[in-house]
Amino acid sequence: MAAVAVVMACGIAMFVTLRSMHGWLRGTQAQYYEVYRFADVFANARRAPTALERQLAAVPGVASVRTRVVMDVTLDLPGLDEPGTGRLVAIPEHRVPMLNDLYLRRGRWVMPGHAEEVLVSEAFGRANGLQPGDSIAAVINGRWQRLRVVGLALSPEYVYEIRGLGDIFPDNRRFGVLWMGERALAAAFQMDGAFNDISIALAPGASEPDVIDATDRLLAPYGGTGAYGRADHVSNLFVSSEIEETQITSVLIPSIFLGVTAFLLNMVLARLVATQRDQIAVLKAFGYGNPTIALHYLQLALGPVIAGAILGTGLGVWLAVALARVYARFYQFPIATYSQDWSVVGAAFLVAGGAALLGAVGAVRRAVRLPPAEAMRPEAPAVYRTGIVERLGLQRLVPAAERIILRNIERRPVRALLAVIGIALATAIVMTGWFMFDAIDVMKQIQFEAVQRHDVMVVFDTPRSARAEWELTRLDGVRKVEPFRAVPVRLRHEHLAKRTAILGLEPGSELQRLVDRDMAVRDVPRGGLLISDMLAGKLGVQAGDTVTVEVLEGKRPVRAVVVAALSKDIIGSSATMSLAALHEMLGEGGTLSGAYLAVDRRLAPLVYRTLKQTPAVSGVVVRESVMRGFEQTIAQSFWISISMMVAFACIIAAGIVYNGARVALSERGRELASLRVLGFSRGEVTWLLLGEQVLLTLAGLPVGLLLGAGLAWLVAYRFESDLFRIPLVIRQTTIGYSLAVVVGAALLSALAVRRRIHRLDLVAVLKTRE
Amino acid sequence: MDTAAVFLARGLTKVYHMGEVDVYALRDVDLELFAGEFVVLLGPSGSGKSTLLNILGGLDVPTSGTVRFLDHDLTVDDERELTRFRREHVGFVFQFYNLIPSLTALENVALVTDIASQPMEPAEALRLVGLSDRIHHFPAQLSGGEQQRVAIARAIAKQPDVLLCDEPTGALDYETGLIVLQVLAEVNRTLGTTVAVITHNAAIAGMADRVIKMRSGRITELHRNQRRLAPTELEW
Repeated sequence: MAAVAVVMACGIAMFVTLRSMHGWLRGTQAQYYEVYRFADVFANARRAPTALERQLAAVPGVASVRTRVVMDVTLDLPGLDEPGTGRLVAIPEHRVPMLNDLYLRRGRWVMPGHAEEVLVSEAFGRANGLQPGDSIAAVINGRWQRLRVVGLALSPEYVYEIRGLGDIFPDNRRFGVLWMGERALAAAFQMDGAFNDISIALAPGASEPDVIDATDRLLAPYGGTGAYGRADHVSNLFVSSEIEETQITSVLIPSIFLGVTAFLLNMVLARLVATQRDQIAVLKAFGYGNPTIALHYLQLALGPVIAGAILGTGLGVWLAVALARVYARFYQFPIATYSQDWSVVGAAFLVAGGAALLGAVGAVRRAVRLPPAEAMRPEAPAVYRTGIVERLGLQRLVPAAERIILRNIERRPVRALLAVIGIALATAIVMTGWFMFDAIDVMKQIQFEAVQRHDVMVVFDTPRSARAEWELTRLDGVRKVEPFRAVPVRLRHEHLAKRTAILGLEPGSELQRLVDRDMAVRDVPRGGLLISDMLAGKLGVQAGDTVTVEVLEGKRPVRAVVVAALSKDIIGSSATMSLAALHEMLGEGGTLSGAYLAVDRRLAPLVYRTLKQTPAVSGVVVRESVMRGFEQTIAQSFWISISMMVAFACIIAAGIVYNGARVALSERGRELASLRVLGFSRGEVTWLLLGEQVLLTLAGLPVGLLLGAGLAWLVAYRFESDLFRIPLVIRQTTIGYSLAVVVGAALLSALAVRRRIHRLDLVAVLKTRE
Repeated sequence: MDTAAVFLARGLTKVYHMGEVDVYALRDVDLELFAGEFVVLLGPSGSGKSTLLNILGGLDVPTSGTVRFLDHDLTVDDERELTRFRREHVGFVFQFYNLIPSLTALENVALVTDIASQPMEPAEALRLVGLSDRIHHFPAQLSGGEQQRVAIARAIAKQPDVLLCDEPTGALDYETGLIVLQVLAEVNRTLGTTVAVITHNAAIAGMADRVIKMRSGRITELHRNQRRLAPTELEW
């Protein structure tokens, strides 16, 4: 019964935690978006006149429009050699309710006439130790400026605070949002009377695609790069997919545990009813009705279940609080604390009761069906049959004692199968957990060691001429410069279209390479596009096909380009061309969006300082910082989840083996004691009892490995997105660990039963009948 | 039949402490069992005969006193040595047969011969007890008498020095019981195995070489039968 209670506790804990998390995240997100008016459609442009706002508002389906200036700038952060990036977002100097409103955590709004005042995002502020009154330095439109922090704020647009699709996780130290008065911001970038960022709230029943089309048409002359809805909004994308994940896991994981619980409970209760046959008979003979007896056994079932449910609820609530804290580091919500939704706990108890019912129903039915007279006789002896050993002609190989094990397994094939499935599940759980770690490790290796060979990536504020490359080469400490050009485009093939970016690289580039999932290195095609297979799939193209490229900036040329080849990349779904071919397609000479630099480590701080003060540079990304940040954040949350998975697997495996051994001991204790009397040693008898568990466990392991591989494939498939692809890598060590964990758990729990064998009463067995 | 004593018990006492009450299952019992003889231990329930048998068979240890098997002192043995003693020297026959339900008759006997040092062929043991045509049947498919005969076959198959039977006919009717007793007599005659039978049924005493009567933990009477009756001559 203890095993039942423990497994139940795990299932309930997982249920409480995951459902609470799901409910909390979903409710918090919904409420946040509603109260702070998160927009429905977003768009960027190069430079559109403020007058256009009225036309945008007139589009059918548009409830309200907000236009503003948004610019990324370089930040000079205290204690950081390398430059940070700040996203300057305009806010009205007088606080009014608006789309994408701000939650003011601390401090006050900016004041008109104080151009240097900014609000900073709370996570960024905390990571950099910024309080109202502190100042930070930024390079705004070529001028180094000191900005004064007057408050810390949060916005529904930046719940997941990352720069853009190139980043995977928030780097709150090096990237933050700064809200500045709109007049001050416009003045700094010579954008008076103009805007480059649009947010639209849709009216009820409006058609998003129609609004998007209309917006694109209106913005096209002003460098519009394509409007998109919440589904493509970077922050919302991450948060919503996380919420979706918890929905799935909150059902899947508890179900596994509760299924195992029902199975174990069934075994235990069935055995109990069998041993209490005569007591049941007596009760019935005395006139106790079936409902009373049924209730009695149901209550027995409820015992460990309630114990498990209480334990599990406590554990679940505690875990939920801990998990909420982890979430709070990644997702910026205004709500400071997590509050437990007690209806989830109520639901948990109901679910526990359901599992108890499921497990008990078989045994209860048997107890109820027992005719009183029948119950007073000993149970009809179990029917055994010659089984697989004889059919396969293996008599000579299997000694008589071992046949006991096989025949007992064959007598209850369903139970044996369920036990094998349970062990397989446990193995698969560990394997899937380790697989995710291995996959992330491979992704990290590919991205940070194979693909990115540069030390620093520099992004220019606007496409610059080749002179910028030359100037970078001249900098002290810069050993190598490889320029690149990136343009937002829409690729079309027949009726399918996808918005993406084309990266132009020099052939033979070493600082940024094109590496496939299987570590194969590609080179940039001399002519034509190299597109990732994910993107190709979305467009329905293969190598050799032609796509229409609509460039979404500058002169906005439209060209037909051949797909030279498909790549199997890991992160992002990109399209790449040779720099020369891209320049030719754009028809604008040798412009550059940025460059990859190899930097002398000793002179790196000097390089950063120079870059911080270079007006043309709007972004600097240091590969090592990103990698370390990746390792820290991912590694941390990984260790939590892998520990939990190993714990789960151990509990399931141990529960099944221990329970199985205990029930078997109860059923066969007499025959085992008889064997001891006949001169079998304790060890031999232990083997005869546990051999069944050993065989079932061994049978479950390979099934578990297959199941684990299948689950891994499923996970990789499910997580496939525009953001990244999980490589299907199953290392030998992963297989080894999975087996070791499950075998270890099974072994330990089997040994726990060993003590009971030693206590078998040999004298008593001579006199008893059953 | 004046041969060496297979078992030599001196001053055997077994006390159970049940809270404030001490229960004496055996009180200062002296006993010898000689090789090849057929002994019946007679007494009502509670007389201590089962306890004595258990101690002789190495299943239980006396509170005081000694028991020697040939020249081996059983009372100083630990659990492992007692197990080995039972394994190599003792055959047991229980009142309720205690067969392994998941094994056939042949396999039940093979179970024991597999761990014995000088066993006979399992099929041969079953032939001796008259069950050659039932060797592939499971206990559930055998009658009580047949099951007990399988148990006897299992006990003798390892060619033990002594066969200890605790109420072997207790669960059987007259005719079947008779058959079992005939088998025991046959085993004693042809194999020369020392046989000790516990029973509360006085009629069975007629087939023994010696009869040992017990009451309240002591041996009250010990006499030698002038003539051993054949089992068919017994009536109860």
